[in-house]
Amino acid sequence: MPKAFKPSVITANALLEGDVVYMGADEWVRDLSDAEVITDEAVADLRMIETSAQSDLVVGVYLAEVDMTQGAPAPTHFREAFRAKGPSNYAHGKQESL
Amino acid sequence: MYSYTDFDAKFLAERNAQFRQQVERRIDGSLTEDEFKPLRLMNGLYLQLHAYMLRVAIPYGTLNGGQMRALAEIADKWDKGYGHFTTRQNIQYNWPELRDVPDMLDALAEVNLHAIQTSGNTIRNVTADHFAGAAADEVADPRPIAELIRQWSTDHPEFQFLPRKFKVAVSGSQHDRAVIKAHDIGLRIVERDGVQGFEVIVGGGLGRTPMIGKVLYDFVAAEDLLPTLEAIVSVYNLLGRRDNKYKARIKITVHENGIEDIRARVDARYKLIRPQFTGVDQQMLARIEADFALPAFKTQSLAAYESAYTNDPVFRSWADTNLADHRAPGYAIVSISLKAHGATPGDATSEQMREMAALAEEFGHNELRISHEQNVILPHVHRADLPALHARLKSAGLATANIGLISDIIACPGMDYCALATARSIPIAQEIATRFDALKLEHDVGPLKIKISGCINACGHHHVGHIGILGLDRAGVENYQITLGGDGTEDATIGERAGPGFSADDIVPAIERLVYAYLDLRQDAGETFLQTYRRLGLAPFKAALYPEAKADAA
Repeated sequence: MPKAFKPSVITANALLEGDVVYMGADEWVRDLSDAEVITDEAVADLRMIETSAQSDLVVGVYLAEVDMTQGAPAPTHFREAFRAKGPSNYAHGKQESL
Repeated sequence: MYSYTDFDAKFLAERNAQFRQQVERRIDGSLTEDEFKPLRLMNGLYLQLHAYMLRVAIPYGTLNGGQMRALAEIADKWDKGYGHFTTRQNIQYNWPELRDVPDMLDALAEVNLHAIQTSGNTIRNVTADHFAGAAADEVADPRPIAELIRQWSTDHPEFQFLPRKFKVAVSGSQHDRAVIKAHDIGLRIVERDGVQGFEVIVGGGLGRTPMIGKVLYDFVAAEDLLPTLEAIVSVYNLLGRRDNKYKARIKITVHENGIEDIRARVDARYKLIRPQFTGVDQQMLARIEADFALPAFKTQSLAAYESAYTNDPVFRSWADTNLADHRAPGYAIVSISLKAHGATPGDATSEQMREMAALAEEFGHNELRISHEQNVILPHVHRADLPALHARLKSAGLATANIGLISDIIACPGMDYCALATARSIPIAQEIATRFDALKLEHDVGPLKIKISGCINACGHHHVGHIGILGLDRAGVENYQITLGGDGTEDATIGERAGPGFSADDIVPAIERLVYAYLDLRQDAGETFLQTYRRLGLAPFKAALYPEAKADAA
C-alpha cells in the first residue's frame, strides 16, 4: 500500500549564502513559518519540478515533512529542526535574528 | 619551516584565478550545480547544513605566527570570528558566502596556504605527528617527507580521481601520535643498521568498516619511498572498487585481495616505474630538509620555571598535563588546549588565534602545530618562559589543564554543521566536559580519551577512543552507541561495541557510570582506564552501563 502523503514544505539551500530556505507562496523565504505547506502529492510533484529548475537561486531542493498540529509548520525530524533554527553551540544561523 | 618557491606561488595564484572564474560562472548561471560541485570540492568548498564550509589544509599541521594571524583575519573578515580545527589538521570556516570564497583563497595564498585536495577522491592533506621536530623520542622529523609527499600528490594527474579519498600520515617516532595505523598509508621513520628508512603500513581506516593497517614493507630506503608510494596508489587506482562507494577505500582492497597479493602487485608496479625516479625527488627533499632545520635553541636558567612549579599549584597542574618532553635540554613542548570545559572542541576565536600567533613569535621560535586531537601546539618553548606564557594563556582563556584527560575530547562537527551527520556530537562533548568538571574527578581519573563521531564515517575517530561514542538516527531520534577499549597509538586497537545505544539524555549519565566503575575496578591510581579495560575485558563495564540488564538477569 503506498505511503500516505503527509504535509510537507519544499526546502533547499540558497546559492549565494548557503542559508536554509523554504518555498513560500511565490518566492524562497528564510523562515519555516512562511513556507507554503503542501498537502497534496500531485501539487508537491509540480512544485518540485518548478523549484528544482531554479538552480540560479538554490541548491539541493527536496520535500520535508512538517507537523501542522499547532497550526504552523513544525519539523518532524530533528535534522530539519536544526536546519530551521541553527547549530546548538552558538546562537548562529537563523537563531541570530530571533 | 618550508617556504614556498616562486613556482608554488604562481601555481596557487593561477589556481585561485581559475576558481574565481568558476564561481562567477556559477553565479551568472553559465555553470549548473552539477558542473560546479566537483570544481568547488576540488578547492575545499562544501555546502553543509546551514552554510558553505571552506576546509583549509594545514600541511602536516605546521604553521607560523603569520599564517595563524592570517587565519584569524579571514575568520573576522569573511566568517563569524572563529575557526574549527579538525582531526585532519585542517581548519574549517563554517559560514563563508560563495561570492567571498575566491577572496578567502587569495588571502590564504598570501601566506602560502590553500584548500586544494581538502576534498574529493584524491590524496588529502598529509598529516604528521604534531610533536614533529621537537619530540624527545623522535628518530627523525617526519615533516620534510610529508612536504615532499604533498608536492608529489598535489595535482598529480594520475591521482585526481581515485576510487575514494586517500589519506597519508607520517610519524618519526616509535610512539605513534599520528594514528598511522588508521590511514590508507601510514609511514613511520625507522632506523636499521644506522640508516633511516620507512615502515610502510597500508589499508588502515575507520568509518563503516574500521580496520587496522597492515605492514606492507618493514623497511623502505628513503630514496625508494616516493616510487613505492606511487606504486601503491597506482595499484589501488586500478584495483579499488568503483562499483560501491562503501567498499572503495584501500582497506577493502587490501582485505579482499590479501596483503600478499597487494604486495606482489606493488612490487611489479614498482619495478616498472622505479627508473622514472632519477633522483630529482631526493634533490628536492634535500632542499626541503634545509627548510626544516632546528631553531637556535637558547641556554637559560630554569630557576623561574622551578619556582613557579613549586609555588603556583595552578601552574603546576597545567605543567603536569600540558607539557611534553622536548629533545633539547631546558625546553618543553606546550599543548594549548582548545577544550575549555563546555567549549566546542577544536574551536578558536580569532582573538585566541592572534594571541597564539603572538605567543609563538615571542616564546616559541615562531612555530605552531595543529594536533589531530584538535589542540594547538607550541613545539619549542624554553621552560624559563613557561610562567609568562601560562599567564598569557590564562588571560586568553587558553590555559585549560586537561590534555589527555576526560574533557580533552575529539568531537566531529556532527549534525550541528555537517550534512552527512546522523546525530550531534558537540553538545555531547560539551556536556561530558562540564559534568566531569563539576564532579572534580578529571585529574583523579587520569589519562582517558573520549572520541565522538556524529555518523558512521568516524571523523571523530570514535573507534580508537578508549571510550568511543557514535551518534546515530534511530527512528528519528538521536541515539548514541558506546565502544570501549579503542586505541590510536602504536598498539592500535578498534574498540568493542558495548551494547544498545543511549538517548541524548542518557548518554552522559552512562559515561559517568562507566568512569565510576573504572575508579572502583582499577588496581591503583597508576592503572589507566585502558589498562583496566584490557585486564578485565568488557563484562564489568557492560554491567555498569546496563545495570537494569544485570537486575533482570538476577
